[in-house]
Amino acid sequence: MCKAAEWALTAAFSLAIYLLLVLWTGSFGLWSPAEFIAGLVLAALAGLVAGRLLWERGGFRMLQPHRWLLFLFYILGPFFWAMAKANLDVAYRVITGRIRPGIVRFNPGLQTDLGRTLLANSITLTPGTLTVDVDDATGDFYVHWINVTAEDPKPEQVCGAFPTWARRIAE
Amino acid sequence: MNVLIYVFLAIGATFNGLGAVALLRFPDVYTRLHGATKCTTFGSIFSILAVVIYGFAKGGGEGGTLAVHALIALVFLLLTNPTGSHALARGAHRGGIRPFRAVVDRLEERK
Repeated sequence: MCKAAEWALTAAFSLAIYLLLVLWTGSFGLWSPAEFIAGLVLAALAGLVAGRLLWERGGFRMLQPHRWLLFLFYILGPFFWAMAKANLDVAYRVITGRIRPGIVRFNPGLQTDLGRTLLANSITLTPGTLTVDVDDATGDFYVHWINVTAEDPKPEQVCGAFPTWARRIAE
Repeated sequence: MNVLIYVFLAIGATFNGLGAVALLRFPDVYTRLHGATKCTTFGSIFSILAVVIYGFAKGGGEGGTLAVHALIALVFLLLTNPTGSHALARGAHRGGIRPFRAVVDRLEERK
């Protein structure tokens, strides 16, 4: 993707978020003129700073709207359910103190930065597992697991269906 | 409506309390991160949902603003929490803190 497009897309996204945050501030339509100009300047700067990084490796896939719907469904459905179950499990471990911690390694086979970030954040938000490091070259995940059941686990043993969903949404 | 708000507040308070207990009970920085960041996130989700329901039930401009602001706070909590705890864990491991009583440490073997 060419540089101008990267810059313009990032700036447009920043501006949209900024305008949402300062909604109903004045008489210039919904926004006051000062807020609008400040938003334009800030969005241009954000585009300059973050444009290259944001779209570097496969980020543009998220411009397809069906991926947003999938993402919303994933957050509200499978992810929330897994999070609730894991919370009860960790609550049990907090009360009884039965832990078997360790850092395990597994490779979910995700190629893009976006997919890896999505999976790492899902893993970290789920209680009982915590992403410590991701190897950029090989895509290995190093995960601190509070109850190690296998020293060389498959991805499904640590985080269930998350890798499948990350692939569906981001790759 | 009131019952729902009270149930959500109770769930939120329970899990936030468990997070605090986990901070005291668990042995090292990684296991404490589990309790302190994850249990409290789950608790905070339900506390915030209670606020959202209260805001919508109250209605009008004031209640709506309250609900929308609480929802935005929830979104940013969900975005920043994993990033922060990941940074803490990675920093701790790079700083040489080993997981206590760990049965396996693959990250250590890589170096």
